[in-house]
Amino acid sequence: MQKISKKERFEAWINGEIPSAEEQLLNESGRHVYQSTSTVQAKRRHKNPRDYQNAFEIKAFQKVYNVLSVVFCLALIASLLITVSYLPRVGGTDNPGNNEVAERYIEKGLEETGAVNIVAGMILDYRAFDTFGESCVLFCAVCSVFILLKVSDRETAKENDRIHEPKNDVILQQIARIIVPLGLIFGIYVVLNGHLSAGGGFSGGAIMGAVLVLYLLAFGFEKTERFFNEKVFRVITCSALSFYCLAKSYSFFTGANHLESIISTGTPGAIISAGLILPLNICVGLVVACTMYAFYTMFRKGGM
Amino acid sequence: MDFIRNFPFFSIMFAMLCAILTSALPKKGAKVLCTVMISISTLLNAAVLYYTCVTGESYVYIMGHFPAPWGNELRAGVLEGLMGTTFSIVMLLSVLGGARHINEDLAENKISLYYVMIDLLQGALLALVYTNDIFTAYVFIEITTIASGGILMIRQIGRTTLAATRYMIMSLLGSGLFLIGITLMYDLTGHLLMSNIQQSCAQIVADGRYTVPLTVVVGLITIGLCIKSGLFPFHFWMPDTYGYSTPASSSILSGLISKAYIFLLIKIFYRVIGFDIISSSKVLNVLFVFGLAAMIIGSVSAIRENDIRRMTAYSSAAQIGYIFMGIGLGTSAGMTAAIFHILTHAVTKPLLFISASGLSDVSNGSKKFRDLQDSGFRNVPAGIGFMVGSLSMVGLPLFGGFISKLLFATASVQNPNKMLPTLIVLAISTVLNAVYFLRTVIRIYRPAADKETLQVEGARPDVRMTFGQQRLFVMVMICFVALNLVLGLYSQPITNAITAGLTMLA
Repeated sequence: MQKISKKERFEAWINGEIPSAEEQLLNESGRHVYQSTSTVQAKRRHKNPRDYQNAFEIKAFQKVYNVLSVVFCLALIASLLITVSYLPRVGGTDNPGNNEVAERYIEKGLEETGAVNIVAGMILDYRAFDTFGESCVLFCAVCSVFILLKVSDRETAKENDRIHEPKNDVILQQIARIIVPLGLIFGIYVVLNGHLSAGGGFSGGAIMGAVLVLYLLAFGFEKTERFFNEKVFRVITCSALSFYCLAKSYSFFTGANHLESIISTGTPGAIISAGLILPLNICVGLVVACTMYAFYTMFRKGGM
Repeated sequence: MDFIRNFPFFSIMFAMLCAILTSALPKKGAKVLCTVMISISTLLNAAVLYYTCVTGESYVYIMGHFPAPWGNELRAGVLEGLMGTTFSIVMLLSVLGGARHINEDLAENKISLYYVMIDLLQGALLALVYTNDIFTAYVFIEITTIASGGILMIRQIGRTTLAATRYMIMSLLGSGLFLIGITLMYDLTGHLLMSNIQQSCAQIVADGRYTVPLTVVVGLITIGLCIKSGLFPFHFWMPDTYGYSTPASSSILSGLISKAYIFLLIKIFYRVIGFDIISSSKVLNVLFVFGLAAMIIGSVSAIRENDIRRMTAYSSAAQIGYIFMGIGLGTSAGMTAAIFHILTHAVTKPLLFISASGLSDVSNGSKKFRDLQDSGFRNVPAGIGFMVGSLSMVGLPLFGGFISKLLFATASVQNPNKMLPTLIVLAISTVLNAVYFLRTVIRIYRPAADKETLQVEGARPDVRMTFGQQRLFVMVMICFVALNLVLGLYSQPITNAITAGLTMLA
């Protein structure tokens, strides 16, 4: 490299002609590695999808990274373990956790929320705002997966379907015929009895979602699309979440402004009781089931 | 008048409802609904700011029929109102300013999903600002994290997927540490509500029983939020993240999301742990040192960049350093300066990112300095916008950046131990800022050397953008410049409001 004066160098810097660290490494490896990639095609194009060698920062600092990450993890583990030994004893009677909060949940939960299942009363009545946020997390996650994996046309989606899996497995189909109806009924039971016994929207929805995925796995998209396609998915998620949002907004608004709410807690123990908890459980259950199913279809073929 | 008390709750729930409805709308409707929602949200938050300024006190808002500590609560004061208003305005301007690029960069069937993410982010940011419950904060941190990953990777070129992966790894590490911190905190205090935890914390420090775990909790929460907001040495996700996503996403990520995490951290320092306990611990010193390091290293990295967006991204790392340096001073003056800098940076960085995209538009889409020559003349509004943003970041009087540097310097004088390093690093960093920002301004306003040679090479078509072709963009630029001038010229009422807000927070 010929010698250049300071003034020329300064000029080159202003003009952006001195390569930055990243540009240097990219030029050395001889090609631009960050070409556009879409999931399936990229895997076909590159024989080895895990091509770490071209990510320059990892290459340059590989050893330092390895050592530092081990040291960091060990330090974190050690400090957290030491902390645990200073924490209050598990199950101790004078622990800070045994305070008026838990006391009121346990003693007055049934009376105030009408839910026999105290956990349902806590998450859907006392702290319903958190649970609303949590359902929105699911919604947000589904949208993000759509963003990442959804392909633009149905043909590509069809092509992506079942590259690695066998089709029409007889054993799977026979077992699915037995399990799917039972599982679906059980899921619905768990959701509907969420305020009476252990369970609720999240767990019941997970069961229903798993059953739907099993059905899809056994019989393929031709069968499921007859009752569950993207439009149905949209309608169910949108209406369930909007209902949740509006119903809870009403309850928050009346609560905060000390207004009379038209929602009564009913007779504890009856199936229609506990005010909003039952409808909210149904909404959460539907959202969770749809979310699980949508995740699976997105990862399987990038479409619904 | 008391009806205004409902507004924080309305703005959060309305944003969430719009997000849910938007997912069923076509792209045009999605955009309209999103714009309307953010505008209404701006008005609601401004009303909250006005109300709290007039009444002069903060208030808590019960979410539901059960008072704290059994139910959830929101809390609004002057500072929360100010943050909510600023965030909404910046969000609106970023979305409008980047609207054309959103249409160009994204796949046709994903545009309405982008607006879903924006709606979710708006709701989550407001919830982070207003929440009085540390677990609610965590839930909305989750939404913010996932949605920011979404708006990042929605422009599907390989580079953004890489950036999003890196961002998610770092950000989830931060969330994880924060969650462990909250869990331990609950074990120590038995509460999730901020005001109750504060009482318990005072108790713990007085008893001296659980001081070791409390220190760990403070450390975990602080480190978690520092990673998420990108303080040095956790800033390496920044250049890719801000450099390759669609301009609106870069603006929102750098201008709002990292700021919301910092604001949450400040809120936790004041409302959860108690500022006296924090300032007597060593945490602030650590933040101070890393803030100083970030100011220098971010700027040095920015100088070595040849890509206008990546350079601006590294500059963000330096500005985050300023904010943490202010927090690290450990005085209320330092905190005021830090919050003022949050505002300055929130209105300046989106301006820089969006105007940089305007400059790229007339340079064949290239972001490299060598192609940007003369672009300030070809796209006049973008050039002016970038210049104003640069001057504000460098700290020229008239603009917001000057006031925040002034506040940092004044605040450092009150803390004799940290005065010298602060002033020295502030001076060095200002010079470095000037070096890389003015270099950019010189570059974009350097007339093309020889028109004929350029045409022979065919290197760059002579694209121009007039005012008429980009009315919305011009309006956004004007609003951002005006916001900068407001921060620079009417700083006194704003600093008074921040000081009042900080007193309410404690």
